[in-house]
Amino acid sequence: MVSVSDLVTKTATELAAAISAGEVSAVEVTQAHLDRIAAVDDRVKAFLHVAGDDALGQARAVDDKRSRGEALGALGGVPVAVKDLFATVGMPTTCGSKILAGWMPPYESTITARLRAAGAVLIGKTNMDEFAMGSSTENSGYGPSHNPWDLAKVPGGSSGGSAAAVAAFEAPLSLGTDTGGSIRQPAAVCGIVGTKPTYGGSSRYGVVAFASSLDTPGPFGRNVLDTALLHQVMSGHDPMDATSIDAPVPPVVEAARHGDVAGMRIGIVSEFAGEGYQAGVMSRFAEAVEVLEALGAKVTEVSCPHFKYALPAYYLIAPSEVSSNLARFDGMRYGLRTGGGSAEEVMATSRAAGFGPEVKRRIMLGTYALSSGYYDAYYGKAQQVRTLIIRDFEAAFEQVDVLISPPTPTTAFDIGERADDPMAMYLADLCTIPSDLAGNAAISVPIGLAPENGLPVGLQVMAPALADDRLYRVAAAVEAAFESRWGRPLLSEAKGLLA
Amino acid sequence: MTVTYEEALTRYEPVFGLETHVELGTRTKMFCGCITTFGGSPNSQVCPVCLGLPGSLPVVNRTAIEYAMKIGLALNCSIASWCRFARKNYFYPDMPKNFQISQYDEPLCTDGYLDVSVFGEIVRVGIERVHLEEDTGKSLHVGGATGRIQGAEYSLVDYNRAGIPLVEIVTKPVPGTGALAPEIARAYVTELRDVLRSLNVSDVRMEEGSMRCDVNTSLSVLGSGVWGTRTETKNVNSLRSVERAVRSEIPRQAAVLDEGGRVIQETRHFHEESGETTSGRSKEEAQDYRYFPEPDLVPVAPPAAWVQEVRASLPELPSARRTRLIAAWSLSELEYESMRNAGALDVVEETALAGASPADARKWWMGELARRANDSGVEVSTLVITPADVARVSALVAAGTLNDRLAREVLDGVLAGEGTPDEVVAARGLAVVSDDSALLSAIDEAIAANPDIAEKIRSGKVTASGVIVGAVMKATRGQADATRVRELVLERLA
Repeated sequence: MVSVSDLVTKTATELAAAISAGEVSAVEVTQAHLDRIAAVDDRVKAFLHVAGDDALGQARAVDDKRSRGEALGALGGVPVAVKDLFATVGMPTTCGSKILAGWMPPYESTITARLRAAGAVLIGKTNMDEFAMGSSTENSGYGPSHNPWDLAKVPGGSSGGSAAAVAAFEAPLSLGTDTGGSIRQPAAVCGIVGTKPTYGGSSRYGVVAFASSLDTPGPFGRNVLDTALLHQVMSGHDPMDATSIDAPVPPVVEAARHGDVAGMRIGIVSEFAGEGYQAGVMSRFAEAVEVLEALGAKVTEVSCPHFKYALPAYYLIAPSEVSSNLARFDGMRYGLRTGGGSAEEVMATSRAAGFGPEVKRRIMLGTYALSSGYYDAYYGKAQQVRTLIIRDFEAAFEQVDVLISPPTPTTAFDIGERADDPMAMYLADLCTIPSDLAGNAAISVPIGLAPENGLPVGLQVMAPALADDRLYRVAAAVEAAFESRWGRPLLSEAKGLLA
Repeated sequence: MTVTYEEALTRYEPVFGLETHVELGTRTKMFCGCITTFGGSPNSQVCPVCLGLPGSLPVVNRTAIEYAMKIGLALNCSIASWCRFARKNYFYPDMPKNFQISQYDEPLCTDGYLDVSVFGEIVRVGIERVHLEEDTGKSLHVGGATGRIQGAEYSLVDYNRAGIPLVEIVTKPVPGTGALAPEIARAYVTELRDVLRSLNVSDVRMEEGSMRCDVNTSLSVLGSGVWGTRTETKNVNSLRSVERAVRSEIPRQAAVLDEGGRVIQETRHFHEESGETTSGRSKEEAQDYRYFPEPDLVPVAPPAAWVQEVRASLPELPSARRTRLIAAWSLSELEYESMRNAGALDVVEETALAGASPADARKWWMGELARRANDSGVEVSTLVITPADVARVSALVAAGTLNDRLAREVLDGVLAGEGTPDEVVAARGLAVVSDDSALLSAIDEAIAANPDIAEKIRSGKVTASGVIVGAVMKATRGQADATRVRELVLERLA
């Protein structure tokens, strides 16, 4: 057992306060986390790039600021791990792909710029399924990451590295993106908190596009308040992103501090249960429902009949957008260039060599779905189904304030178990996809371990667009109730790496 | 077997259409803040957005929407209350994202028309649509013999042009033009260019590429009512080439059809030197661009108030000006056309506004000054002399200070840079001598020098006064009013 330095078990909120009060330096905090990474990442493999001296330099700048008496930002000195999909100056951005091996972006994403401005220390770039396509990080061009609860298991995906890093105490906060569930599902299987904000609530400028109408950058944290803090700092209107919402960020931190579900109307999505759902996932979910009722919520069942079409609709819309978004990777201006001959030949060989099988699969699917003669039957139809799903949500939210369901049908599966079965892999996103299609906000918060295997189970809460604060209000109430039941945070139960 | 143009028209009815791309003169690009000035060093006017770097996103240039609306309104189109951008997907190194953000089935403007005048007749060319898109970068193919990609050793790409706003204007097919198809096609492009210039949305220079035309041509068997397969001709870089392209494609297609062949749907390349077209890309299987609505942009819904504002801001369009001036100046279509073709409309109108009569203004600009401009190989509007100058000269003639011959000398002086008309008159001493006493002394001298002529005049032979008048004109170096001199001579010798 590796003993863990005190600093890495502190919450982000605690660290920010301590650094701001001068109780500890930002450099000490960053060094502690770098030491932790050095101690465990050879097994977790959460990171593709550790910022090392660069991170210490960022920390030093925070300490200098403090010693000059200047106010530190909301995340002053707090280490944050960044999914390798965000463009960061001075650190490579590979998107988990060989086609961008070593690519150093000449510009910064809006979100990481905001984090830097808030004093956060970007401690490294995390592993992910290639171009965010996958639910396990097994599609990464650089090998999978490992679930800190059981290293033989996947940490979920596509933001698996970011989830694993936080669960392994390598960073208190991390950034991910959620397109079909890529924040909520890893959060659930790693036993941490992860939020998909309202689409357009956080800027996509500098976030390499997977499916443009679905991609939503979001926060991971070990507790609800920390997650809300990161959510607050990273969100808000960006004129560089035409799809970004010009409205104030919902009061998520405030909501996280005042968890309360008394009188709230909560709807269980009746379609998200039954065959394919692991027993332990369902039993923990039932417990969560009891807890919510005990806290004063009114829990009912709500049917969302078109949700069963969400997965197929998603697997037409997302690959279609992907087939277009990934066309730019052709070896002409950046990234892998290989082969000779005409431009067309070089483009073809570079793409064949640089992309992994899942990416190729989706590009081909998407190209086909958009092609002349098929557009109406596939992409067109899928977009119509999307409207029906939006309407299911609208109808549901007339009856209830939030919807709940398991975030994913099972706990973390074995590395290699579903790697050869794309369809089985896709099923991991069953419960998360509808919120992405509708652009609504959703969160996954830990509610315990499955009795059969001791692996984490989460609760998904879904709210209407721009009601992100509602998520934190419910999640905070759930977290408080469960932690008081367990006597301590869930993560302290993790075997293996943690003391 | 070749077919002549005239023969082709005895069997076939030509149908043509034009797709024109216009580079808008906005300050910045269509989807980013890079500047659009022409001629910068390669790849110096680029950013993550127009380079399509991973993670970059487009943001719409509002002025480009406004300019496109102006164009649509000037072409009598309906402006969509709601429209979207779409991705046109294909791979080519000059297109950084390997898709072009354009508009597909939801364009900004639809269903308009442009009336063009050809040999005094008005032809209405239907406009199918006007939409916005982004331009591509520019390739330079090095090492081959022709500068084109075939045979080149390598290619370079400059992305300064990538992302510049383009408006695409597509006509409806134009049938029923018969033998005049080439002229009408040219007249359409000319009129379109003038409309765009009057709107001040582009500098529309075909030679610089800020206006590009693709010409579509097809033949219909005369009387059949069935339209043929069309070809698209590119590399049409001047008004003259538009005409020549249509003129060469008609007999070429006729020859194919006469032999029982099939016109292939293809892109053809126009050659300046020969005036002929050769086969380029085969569009046999028209490329599938897999259009879908651009997910990175929200729909464009111009509020009615904005459209109204733009409509109200439109300047007088060429056709309205034509109607107005023809009526005001009692011109024929042909007279108007020749002024338009000489590029003299603005200067003539300004001269009239400065006080000259329209007839005088036309006389000077279309006569003497047009001649001078031709000799120097320039356009009248670029001559040093201004409409105000010409109006002044015209006024001086009307006042009798100058006669026609002197007026021409004054024009010479102004063109030579000697100053304003008044300054030239003073410096060169060109005013007509209007003082009778000065004239009388010259007259008396001439009479004294020509006693026999004087005698003839005294005895009634009035016509002989011409000699005396001539002598006086010579003595005054032409600066006398000949009519007045004659009057005085006759008075003197009465």
